[in-house]
Amino acid sequence: MDTRSIHAAIRFGLGTRPDQPPPADPLPWLRAQITGPAPPLLPPAKGGTHPSLDECFETWLEDEREPLPENRNMHRRALHLQEREALFAEAILTPAPFRERLVWFWANHFTVSRRSNAVTPLAGDHLRSAIRPHVTGSFADMLLAAVRHPAMLYYLDQDRSIGPNSPLGKRARRGLNENLAREILELHTLSPAAGYAQEDVTQFAALLSGLSVIRTRPPFGTEFRAGAHEPGPKTILGRQFGEGEAAIEEAFRWLAAHEATHRHLALKLAQHFVADTPPPAATRRLFGVLRDTGGDLGAVSLALLDLPEAWAPPLGKLRTPQDFSIAAHRALGAGVEAGRAALAMADALGQPLWFAPAPAGWPDTAAEWSSPEGILQRLDRAYQLAGRHSRLDPVAVLEATLGPLARAETVTAIRRAGSPRDGLTLLLGSPEFQRR
Amino acid sequence: MNRNAPRLFHPHLPHIGRRGLLLGFSALMAAGQARLAVAGTSLPGSLPGTGEARLVIVLLRGALDGLASVPAYGDPDFAALRGGLALPEPGQEGGLLDLGGFFGLHPALSRLHGFYMAGEALILQAAAGPYRTRSHFDAQDMLESGGPERLASGWLNRALAGLDEAASAEASRRAVAVGADMPLLLRGPSQVGMYQAAGGGRPHPDLYARLAELAHDDPVLGPVVAEGLRGRRYAESRLGEERRRNGFSELAAAAGTLLAAPDGPRVAALELGGWDTHAEQNARLRGPLGHLDAGLGALRDSLGEAWRHTAVLVMTEFGRTVRVNGNAGTDHGTGGAAFLLGGAVAGGRVMADWPGLGAGRLLENRDLQPTLDLRRVAKGLLRDHLCLPGTALEAAFPGSADAAPLAGLLRG
Repeated sequence: MDTRSIHAAIRFGLGTRPDQPPPADPLPWLRAQITGPAPPLLPPAKGGTHPSLDECFETWLEDEREPLPENRNMHRRALHLQEREALFAEAILTPAPFRERLVWFWANHFTVSRRSNAVTPLAGDHLRSAIRPHVTGSFADMLLAAVRHPAMLYYLDQDRSIGPNSPLGKRARRGLNENLAREILELHTLSPAAGYAQEDVTQFAALLSGLSVIRTRPPFGTEFRAGAHEPGPKTILGRQFGEGEAAIEEAFRWLAAHEATHRHLALKLAQHFVADTPPPAATRRLFGVLRDTGGDLGAVSLALLDLPEAWAPPLGKLRTPQDFSIAAHRALGAGVEAGRAALAMADALGQPLWFAPAPAGWPDTAAEWSSPEGILQRLDRAYQLAGRHSRLDPVAVLEATLGPLARAETVTAIRRAGSPRDGLTLLLGSPEFQRR
Repeated sequence: MNRNAPRLFHPHLPHIGRRGLLLGFSALMAAGQARLAVAGTSLPGSLPGTGEARLVIVLLRGALDGLASVPAYGDPDFAALRGGLALPEPGQEGGLLDLGGFFGLHPALSRLHGFYMAGEALILQAAAGPYRTRSHFDAQDMLESGGPERLASGWLNRALAGLDEAASAEASRRAVAVGADMPLLLRGPSQVGMYQAAGGGRPHPDLYARLAELAHDDPVLGPVVAEGLRGRRYAESRLGEERRRNGFSELAAAAGTLLAAPDGPRVAALELGGWDTHAEQNARLRGPLGHLDAGLGALRDSLGEAWRHTAVLVMTEFGRTVRVNGNAGTDHGTGGAAFLLGGAVAGGRVMADWPGLGAGRLLENRDLQPTLDLRRVAKGLLRDHLCLPGTALEAAFPGSADAAPLAGLLRG
């Protein structure tokens, strides 16, 4: 196996699968994943189709029709588990792993977490309908879809934000909740480097007031309640916006096109695809592409492939637990049924899907994922997983998985292992396999 | 799902598929009972062929050094060849447990020694399979498949498949594999249950050591793995033996409980790794031998009354070099030791056609010359313990006419 093609499959993709050897010239393969259509999603493991947003809300209502505590949100939890397993199964099997890595990257950028209970039935739809369609499209469209999705409105408390001078605000004596407004500015778009002040946050929160959710009757989903919207113009970073839904969209599009947003996104992409501390030149090039294309995520994804820094050996990014779990199951050629096991492994290693501790999402640097006990647990999990695949030939798996990227001592250790299980454990536990 | 609930794997039911493997323990037991009721047959324990007899196979993956577990301290060449690996003779501090004046047992195998003293353990020395490869993977495949070349199924599974139709309808509960993965030994046409305790176990100390070596030069992971292992050793030293378990004792106890049940399986397979001691053998063997010994004890304890109907065969893919290598370890060899224990076993003795260690006696001037074909032991157990017909023995070990079933393994 060629060094460059393995490098491509690990750095840009999700790790190699024995039945998906990357082509000798990986560039056309990677580019086609961005310029071509997204492959169809695997159906849920139990069959049927993935639920629509309406069906997600119906599931939630089913729980409420049945008295607690016997039910314990059974329907919502079952749906959520199905969504979680399906996302891992997709990652394990996808023939477009570069595109799928971008899906996970952007889903983490627009984190929703079931630390807010209302997210539980909606997280799957958030990723499916607000992230997936836009990973090669425009950032502005993704921003609009991701932050106006009911999952985000609930997660960041936007549903309870009411303009104090709106008719509802006066009547109910309620006010703004700044959570969503602040996180959009800080995490999703400008970042604090843009130098906004508290007053900008307050003004933006006033602008967003009225964005809420209908969840008890169709049509389910996001609605704009004019009666809860703070009247009057708002000024954000010196720019004035009017009233109402159109003004909100205008503000989102303005933020999405802001240079500070492009700098922020460029840094995060470079950090994910190049190094924890990426070379400034790489970040600058990505920034230039975002600025020149008005935030075209397809264009910046292709630009990642043109960064010499992203191709420079050795692979230095430490795999997060989710990355590790997906790559390990891919390396062993696991099938769709492994979605549950892969999910459980990432959960156990401290990165449970859709349960990030904060709106910033999961960290993306080695320092955050290399605690001694955390790494030992990774080795333990590698051993347990190897035990379920001990009919495989470790040397063949090594060749298909790391190929020329394996160090001589790793090859020797695997060849000398006392059993296939030990050999696979050494492969999955080797320092090379922890990198991407 | 309850994280602590035991899980049963049931990989040979195609209509369930691999997804169905993650069934709850109680669910599968219930399904098994339902099938029994529908079939309307007698309990599996009374099916033809097996009767009350229980057979457990313990595979030691990685090649246990037979001269470390069963040292021939009475052989005049032993001490010189083994050098620093030789433990003190019986009666001295930290010395061997005596097996009658010529062979000894490693001091970590105290429960096994107790079985021997009670006449319930037969120690086999200079034993090996018929193959002469020194590759772990190849040898384990041959040991388990039982064929003259690599086969896709295991000898124990094919032996059970030789039972009549009525019996094979219940075969999913006739045998159970205990561990994380179905060993080749039990793969094949017969349906076999699978049990794994929650958690799945941790690498054995030697594997941790190799993982740490691989990470050693890594600026991020090297210090982290070393620190993690230090931290765990500290915690374990404080928390005591309870946390030091590697899971084998628990699996062995679970196997015993399953086998003891009147309607439970009659055949089980377990495996334990950590035997590939190329370096620092004396230090690295103590842990795995202790786990093995504790597991055999736990198996006996949980079998209760069923112990007297039980035979346990403990074997490894090959022995190791007689001489010490340059790292206070041993390399891949040929002849090795095996153990047969249980209330049904005619024990209390060492069975060895001892080839000797002197000049010209070693195989290729390095390995213990094997004088007992392990297939003869296995065939003896199939014939005299499980009372299987000759056709089943032939299915289990095709082309093994030269390896006649070994008689006299069991109490009359």
